[in-house]
Amino acid sequence: MSATSASAVAVLRAAPDPRLAAALRALAGTVGALALAALLFGAFLVAAGHDPLAVYALLWKGAFGSAFAWQNTLLRAAPLMLTALCVVLPARAGLIVIGGEGAVLMGGLAAAALGVHLGGLGGMALLPMALAGALAGGVWIGLVGLLRERRGVNEAIGSLLLAYIAAALFKHLVEGPLRDPASLNKPSTPALPDAARLGELAGSGVHAGLVIGVLACVLAHLLIHHTPWGFGLKVAGGNPRAGRMVGLPVGRLAIAACGLGGAAAGLAGMIEVAAVHGAANSALAAGYGYAGILVAFVARQQPLAILPTALLVGGVAASGGLLQRRLGLPDATVNVLQGFLFLSILVAEPLFQAVAQRIRRRRPR
Amino acid sequence: MSADVDLWAVPLAVFAGAIRAGSPFLFVSLGECLTERGGRINLGLEGALVMGAMSAYGGAVLSGSPWLGLLAAIVAGGLLGLLHGLICSLPRVNDIAVGIGLMLLGIGLAFFLGKPFIQPRAPGLPAFELGAWSSNPLVREALRINVLFPLGLAACALMHLALTRTRWGLALRCVGDSQDTARALGLPILRLRLSATALGGALAGIGGASLSLFYPGSWNEGLSSGQGLMAVALVVFARWQPWRCLYAALLFGGAGALGPALQAAGVTGAYHLFNAAPYVLTLALMAFASERTGAPGELRLSR
Repeated sequence: MSATSASAVAVLRAAPDPRLAAALRALAGTVGALALAALLFGAFLVAAGHDPLAVYALLWKGAFGSAFAWQNTLLRAAPLMLTALCVVLPARAGLIVIGGEGAVLMGGLAAAALGVHLGGLGGMALLPMALAGALAGGVWIGLVGLLRERRGVNEAIGSLLLAYIAAALFKHLVEGPLRDPASLNKPSTPALPDAARLGELAGSGVHAGLVIGVLACVLAHLLIHHTPWGFGLKVAGGNPRAGRMVGLPVGRLAIAACGLGGAAAGLAGMIEVAAVHGAANSALAAGYGYAGILVAFVARQQPLAILPTALLVGGVAASGGLLQRRLGLPDATVNVLQGFLFLSILVAEPLFQAVAQRIRRRRPR
Repeated sequence: MSADVDLWAVPLAVFAGAIRAGSPFLFVSLGECLTERGGRINLGLEGALVMGAMSAYGGAVLSGSPWLGLLAAIVAGGLLGLLHGLICSLPRVNDIAVGIGLMLLGIGLAFFLGKPFIQPRAPGLPAFELGAWSSNPLVREALRINVLFPLGLAACALMHLALTRTRWGLALRCVGDSQDTARALGLPILRLRLSATALGGALAGIGGASLSLFYPGSWNEGLSSGQGLMAVALVVFARWQPWRCLYAALLFGGAGALGPALQAAGVTGAYHLFNAAPYVLTLALMAFASERTGAPGELRLSR
């Protein structure tokens, strides 16, 4: 009896649940990467003549230290969840899409242009606006996928160029054909009617877009990990040749993943317009599309991991103002930290592995 | 508004813009070309460009000499390029993702460190007044050639020679075309790639210096309009040949000057759309002129 249980334990130790083990290993890698980023950024602060501990304390305070800080963080996390999906979904098909900002702008503009005319629909006005936003964003990033699969245009560069083109188109339309003549100093589309505004969650000061963001991440998780379509996408992204051999429509899967990702980012634009700005104007180009890339990479392209990561990245952004006011740090401090974070995530795992390998080689068992 | 002036102003401004705004494109695309001949893509050249612009301006303000500023830009860009090469030498690291990270870091560092330099004026780089013979101020302006432009021509020639006529260039191309062959030949793959990416970063730094020290000749956070990223597309268009990078850079500089030139001539309706011309052009070139002839075999772009 004891012998069998001992051997059972040994077997269990040797082969733990592989998915759990993989998740734990990924978590350890991410924590290590965060620590590395904190170390590098701290060294940078010391070199620049600042006290890193004071900066980190203030970062925490500005991100999670009070109800107001939480509100600020959550407001930023909501669009980040959606723009991160614009990176994660194409990444499942093996594509690096970094132009989500274009989908945010197109989605926000489409929703604003439509919403102005929907004052009579009452509470139903938000639905067509959300659809318009998702459609505009989906078409925009879907185009990236199409250009990649049909014309061989590298998706990273293609999506970025399309983001620049979207910004120009956005400015042209907001300052020209779609401009509200009453918006004098800051060109803007006409203000949305009340029916087309997205309200807050029960007096929390946080708008309902947060729920949409969380739901979208959960849906994306189910889609990727629990449906045949998601499995096909994984195969097509991991090994396109094998995918083609078993008859998967590899190109169409990639384009669809881009379209879905773009729809998420377009929805982020719609939410920003309907909940925060009340119209489409230059404030929409706040860089959520670009920060979403960072969120997606830190989350290691896992939709559920986006949730805590969006809080982290949103919190860092939320504390930027406080760093500026209290310590007189430039507003780009947050960008420097983001840069270190991104590189640490990419470097940490191979670096730790290389170090571990060297140690193992030095001390043979 | 008299019609005859307007008629000439637009092509003249586009010509002037081709050289003036083409210079940053030229350097950064040469840098990208060299990097890619070694088999890697460096999107981080955008970061090197912005960091170069800041370092050049800051260096010129602090030292009083634009040439020392240029040197600072070369060093800053080179260091960022070297970092890309080092990180990519780790196993299973995606060079495009590293480039995005370096772009974020480079831009962040430049904005952070460049904050004190937004106000002061830096001494600019000198220019050759080739239009001194003309009484027309437009012609004079158009023929005011930035001192970095001939330097760029020299860099083109040098890179062409280095790639085709030197042992280093041959070895680098071999590494870029087939890592396995390079390993079998016993070439120092890491050292070759590091030298190419570092030099590429330095060239991007010079591109940044031409932005901050010549045209537009100031330092602020909106200085770069993505030249470092568009360089990747330019190099595809140039089919990885240094001399073709020159033509591509001139084309893009000219396309970028179209919007402001038309606005100056009174065509204001679609200002922003004309500003998007270089991006549309890039996309069209990549979609319809995308024969992959001449692409280094190890390049992720061609797989």
